[in-house]
Amino acid sequence: MELALDQPAPLLKRLSWFDWLFAAIVAAGGLFALSRFGEYMDLYEKAILLAAIPSLAVAGWFWKPFRPLFLVVGAISLFAVSQYGGNLARMEEAFFLKYLISSQAAIMWMCALFGLATLAYWGGLLARSEFTMKTGSTLTWVAVAMGFSGLMVRWYESYLVGADVGHIPVSNLYEVFVLFCLITAMMYLYYEARYQTRQMGAFVLLVISAAVGFILWYTFDRGAHEIQPLVPALKSWWMKLHVPANFIGYGAFSIAAMLGVAYLLAARGILASRLPRLEVIDDVMYKAIAIGFAFFTIATILGAMWAAEAWGGYWSWDPKETWALIVWLNYAAWLHIRLVKGLRGAMLAWWAVVGLFVTVFAFIGVNMFLSGLHSYGTL
Amino acid sequence: MNTAPHSFGKSLFELLSSMRFAISLLSILAVASIVGTVLKQAEPYNAPNFVREMKSFREHVSEQSLNAFKHRHEAATTQPPAALAASAQRYLEGQGYKVKNLPREDGVLLAAKAGSWNRLGYLLAHSAIVMICIGGLMDGNLVFKVQQLLGYKKIETRDIPQSQVPAISRLTPSNPSFRGSVQIPEGSSADVAFLNVADGYLVQDLPFTVALKQFRIEHYTTGQPKSFESDIELFDRSGKKIREATIAVNHPLIHDGIAIYQASFADGGTRLTLRGWNLFAPTAASFPIEGTVFQSATLTSGAGDYTLEFIDFRPFNIENMGGEIAASGDAMSVLGGSPVSDNRHLRNVGPSFQYKLRDSRGQAREFSNYMLPLELEGRWYMMSGVRASPNESFRYMRMPLDADGKIDSFMRLRGVLLNAGLRPEIAARFARQALPKDAWGTEIEGKLTSSAAQVLALFAEGGFQALGGFIETKVPEAEREKAAGTYLRILELAAFEALQVAQRQDGLPAPKPDDATGWLVRDTLNSMSDMFVYGAPIYLQLMQYDEVKASGLQLTRSPGKNVVYFGSLLLTLGVFFMLYVRERRVWLRIKPGHARALDTLVKQTATP
Repeated sequence: MELALDQPAPLLKRLSWFDWLFAAIVAAGGLFALSRFGEYMDLYEKAILLAAIPSLAVAGWFWKPFRPLFLVVGAISLFAVSQYGGNLARMEEAFFLKYLISSQAAIMWMCALFGLATLAYWGGLLARSEFTMKTGSTLTWVAVAMGFSGLMVRWYESYLVGADVGHIPVSNLYEVFVLFCLITAMMYLYYEARYQTRQMGAFVLLVISAAVGFILWYTFDRGAHEIQPLVPALKSWWMKLHVPANFIGYGAFSIAAMLGVAYLLAARGILASRLPRLEVIDDVMYKAIAIGFAFFTIATILGAMWAAEAWGGYWSWDPKETWALIVWLNYAAWLHIRLVKGLRGAMLAWWAVVGLFVTVFAFIGVNMFLSGLHSYGTL
Repeated sequence: MNTAPHSFGKSLFELLSSMRFAISLLSILAVASIVGTVLKQAEPYNAPNFVREMKSFREHVSEQSLNAFKHRHEAATTQPPAALAASAQRYLEGQGYKVKNLPREDGVLLAAKAGSWNRLGYLLAHSAIVMICIGGLMDGNLVFKVQQLLGYKKIETRDIPQSQVPAISRLTPSNPSFRGSVQIPEGSSADVAFLNVADGYLVQDLPFTVALKQFRIEHYTTGQPKSFESDIELFDRSGKKIREATIAVNHPLIHDGIAIYQASFADGGTRLTLRGWNLFAPTAASFPIEGTVFQSATLTSGAGDYTLEFIDFRPFNIENMGGEIAASGDAMSVLGGSPVSDNRHLRNVGPSFQYKLRDSRGQAREFSNYMLPLELEGRWYMMSGVRASPNESFRYMRMPLDADGKIDSFMRLRGVLLNAGLRPEIAARFARQALPKDAWGTEIEGKLTSSAAQVLALFAEGGFQALGGFIETKVPEAEREKAAGTYLRILELAAFEALQVAQRQDGLPAPKPDDATGWLVRDTLNSMSDMFVYGAPIYLQLMQYDEVKASGLQLTRSPGKNVVYFGSLLLTLGVFFMLYVRERRVWLRIKPGHARALDTLVKQTATP
């Protein structure tokens, strides 16, 4: 037997022409935005835009399906912008905007598609039909594309509402719930491809469907989807960093909790033959909590730095801050138990499930029940 | 009262929303982490071992112990040992390993390791937490707590002017860390900040003086606030100007290690020019008053002595006028409606001011009066809100405007209706108007006149309330409804006559008998009826104002901030190293001769 001991090709050589094309498009888009709108941005916003170029390019190189997603979302968004032509009233006149890609239409499509995807995943899981589950994946992908397009278009629409009203759509509970659905779905899709298993989708899509239910209630009952101008405290470039980082954390913790449920069921023999092996579920659960914890750490630090600039102190023991710390310590303890003590199994799965309740309370409960500096989204 | 049993949901809600629960949870987690650290001591995780472990290639590993590993693989190859070792080393290095080539009596041992940063991450993350705690302590009020414990400092709880606060409750400008606030009216300055501590406060002397030139609020077209900005100037202790800056929310000024934030705003003592109306005087005379927000005045009027305490002034009030919003297109309503909000129902209804009227017994009611009239149901009114305590909402008395857009007609009519001397004339005029000419001078006219006079007198005593009370005591139940209708009709018609009298008295033309006059009379009667529960005999109308705003600044000195930030950076790096750098070791034992190359054990200490 001959040992194949070839050195691996360095990263840059492993990139295909499409990778380079993708990076070039990202860079061109970013630089175009900078040249066209740079005069309206402050230094930090320019820095964020420039840093976004390599980040997105690397994201595409690292996770290949990100490239077509990015291009499709970009194309839909640009098409929507061209349909608007600077006139907000076109939302209810132009066919595509009215039924498909105005922000609200796109987000409602996202909601519908996530609902269908949930059904498909469960149908596939119960019927052991790989094809049905594959349909679930596709629906999830389309939902993500629609949702991101919706947010992009909403961003544009906010500027049409008023030049001083325009802002990135991560400023209220409605917008971040959409973001939550999208980030959770994307992270799940990554693990799905990575582990070559679709069965976990049935569980992850449940938590997304719950969020979709909230979005629908929030829209139809409370009219929360209205684009509102930012309160002075939120008018800061920090928002562009703090909020998305936080939602990577929340999304990842939610995935982990749903996998915890799957683990506990499978460990009791329920659906066990249909779900992946326990070790796989356990491993994905760890991976989700690890990435969630890392981003939640960053988000909390960014939040503290923003607080130092907006509220006059990096830590005020505001309810949101206190609960963020509780969430952080909770998952820090989870990781310690696993990495240092080497514990595995049902106990950590239970802990991940309970962790979701702590996270949900930090996310929504604090806004609902506790008043503080951080009360931007009320129910 | 019906007391429902405490439901589980409600108890859970109360538990979750209590800060005590949050803190208990934190403490439990903190104790858990301490336990975690204690447990870890059993393993070779102390710092010196740690670094040694990072550097070590574990070159003295024996073949026996390698054989014991689970991840173990053997292969035979035809390549000579030296060449095989060299290509294996290249391969491993290409995979990011550091490799040591160790000759053995029979062949070679390649000891390789990768990902030692994992251990570095562990060190970084944990020392970062210590660092963040130290930074936090530096910014805490530990020094003050110690001083307080030793009796050097004391919290001030009295409400006294800042300059009279004794030294024991003052902190010097050299105080290393503080977080205080101060409110400065436009055109004034401050050289202290107030620190809220427990149930009192401390005065922090500042190394400079902050002067507020101007405070500005900008608004979106929809009326929501867009920005709060203060133009401030800093002067040193000798009065020399050091710098000038504009601060806004999210844009503090940092001077000499002290950060100055835009935190809040309030009225800074707006001067008000008012017109006072005696609501129960039989004439429509008004009197002028001057006032300043946050100050009080004594009102000596025919209605008695009152202390007038001006509480607040608001230059604008965005109110939801609740107009009907046209239903949007079909598709949009399926989607929950357009996300472009329709703010047409929001309207700025202009300035308002708030005051308390305290009578000689110390009883006070709070009032909120709008400067501009408000349109309700197509007619215009001056609004005055009243409440007995701050946790109630305002109840509004609405006074109708006349064709000139003034409340003077209302006041005149009100005066005449309260004037007992004019009552016979009004009653007589009413009777004449109500009866056909051939009934004039008859007994019916006399009866009608006297009942009109009675209705007017009752109304002047206590509004509709008094009329109702009268009917309840005098009229049998079966006829009450009919009687009430008649009385109201008499009252309205008599009031119309009263208006004629009022206009004539002031040398004004007679009112036109049109709809507008009809509404004026009806609204006046409603408003007068409300006067009896208004709780004050005086209505204050805002004529002019000279606004002075005040800006609430927060001043902080936090020397630990950079320590905390550096700690945070280390923490982030540490977390990523710990979670994403895997520590791996590979040993390759290459033996010549008997086709037996020993490959791999991958010990993954840090792999989950």
